[in-house]
Amino acid sequence: MPAQSIWTLLSWGPDGWSDDIASGVLVTIALALATLPIGLTIGFFVAFAKQQEEPSLRLAANIYTTVFRGLPELVTLFLFFFGMPLLLQYLVRLFNPDATVDVNSFIAGMIVLSLIFSSYASEVFLSAFRAIPKGQYEGGYAIGLSKWQTMRLVILPQLLRIAFPGLENCWLSLLKDTSLVSVVNLAETLRNAGVAARVTKHSFLFYSVAALVFLVLAILSSIVTGYILRSLGRREAR
Amino acid sequence: MSVSQAIAIDKPPPQARGWPRARIVGYALVGLWVLFGLGIVAYLVHAWNAEFFARYAPAYLQGLGTTLSLVAISMVTGAILSLPVAYGRMSKNKILSGLAYCYVYFFRGTPLLVQTYLVYYGVGSFRPELQTIGLWWFFREAFYCGVFAFSLNTAAYQAEILRGAIESVPRGQWEGAASLGLHKLQTLRKVIMPQAIIVALRPYGNELILMIKASAIVAIITVYDLMGNAKLAYAKSFDIQAYIWVAIVYLVLVEILRHGVEWIERRITIHLKR
Repeated sequence: MPAQSIWTLLSWGPDGWSDDIASGVLVTIALALATLPIGLTIGFFVAFAKQQEEPSLRLAANIYTTVFRGLPELVTLFLFFFGMPLLLQYLVRLFNPDATVDVNSFIAGMIVLSLIFSSYASEVFLSAFRAIPKGQYEGGYAIGLSKWQTMRLVILPQLLRIAFPGLENCWLSLLKDTSLVSVVNLAETLRNAGVAARVTKHSFLFYSVAALVFLVLAILSSIVTGYILRSLGRREAR
Repeated sequence: MSVSQAIAIDKPPPQARGWPRARIVGYALVGLWVLFGLGIVAYLVHAWNAEFFARYAPAYLQGLGTTLSLVAISMVTGAILSLPVAYGRMSKNKILSGLAYCYVYFFRGTPLLVQTYLVYYGVGSFRPELQTIGLWWFFREAFYCGVFAFSLNTAAYQAEILRGAIESVPRGQWEGAASLGLHKLQTLRKVIMPQAIIVALRPYGNELILMIKASAIVAIITVYDLMGNAKLAYAKSFDIQAYIWVAIVYLVLVEILRHGVEWIERRITIHLKR
């Protein structure tokens, strides 16, 4: 085994592990991208509920963020991964006694990461909501827009612009949190690097590769978000 | 009669009670949470198992101790390590600030889980070399590896908090202190720090909470902290209440800390309130 050089180990093909790690990277990216729209939507509505006048809505939203920001990500993941099949099985067996339920680790990871991402994103959205003056709503109503139209045409464009830097941070921590799903056997970057490390005994090499992958993903995202931010800024200037 | 009628008309319209849509949705959602909470309580009562409790409750307490000591040691070590990093980030020397920037970028840009693996499995794979320099006893223990990785990680975050807090103090404060003849260290200690701490308290509190939550990760490298004991209990009993109990403990811990930080913040900003 030690006869193999590092370059063979890192090559693409049957002897090397680059292809395995690359497929893991695709899973990581897919997981993060699949979580993003769900998390953003839930986060937006939680923030929306938090700045309503109705106290019961605020209470429900506050419980949501308290729970999912208070629990460690790993505990949420395990609770969901092991608890949800039990619950589903219990419910399904009411109708069909022989059914068995298995939770796909990608779906479980997606749901858990959405819950966590949305509770952090809701804080960002909430502070953005608070940064928009009341006159914007009143102006919208004054020219005859409905509540929904005001939200969509007046508030939302400003909200996104204000919330964007905060959401960028949420995205970066989402990207890092995807690595946690490796512990429930999802074949993403860290998991595949770990397999390679165990098989070849070159742990330091492969975990460094995994770290490098996450660094590159972070750099790529900051390039993309920088581009989006510039275009948002241009639109504002016009 | 007409006068009283006119007054009656001028009154603002009565507050709309009844059931607007927001209230229906709100009550439904709160009801859902209550149902969820009751469901968990009912499950725990239903699944109450004195034997399970007697066997694992001491282990959980011990795990709580491990978690807290891991976080405490890491926070303190990280605070000490963050001083040179923050100094490097603020220094005008290109090489120094570049190095500090790379350090911070690496530890903030990669997952803590990867860093922990890198220390425990990665550094641990150089066993002969570590034995010759006499550091093997340190990297053999999963707990020490966890402390090592967590300290380096939190040092990066704390350095940024420190830098942000110090830079939030206006330049005039430095200049004022310099004109009074205080040297730099005195200025930092007597003028800048008291103002910076107010800014830094909340981020520090958040970092502490994040560390407590992140410390669950060390369960994966076989440290028997709170989460590690829950994993063990689940592996032995296949009883989901192992994770429910641990979730409750973490939630209570985090909430206590959060309210504690808010209380301290209220106390130290009392002179800023009008």
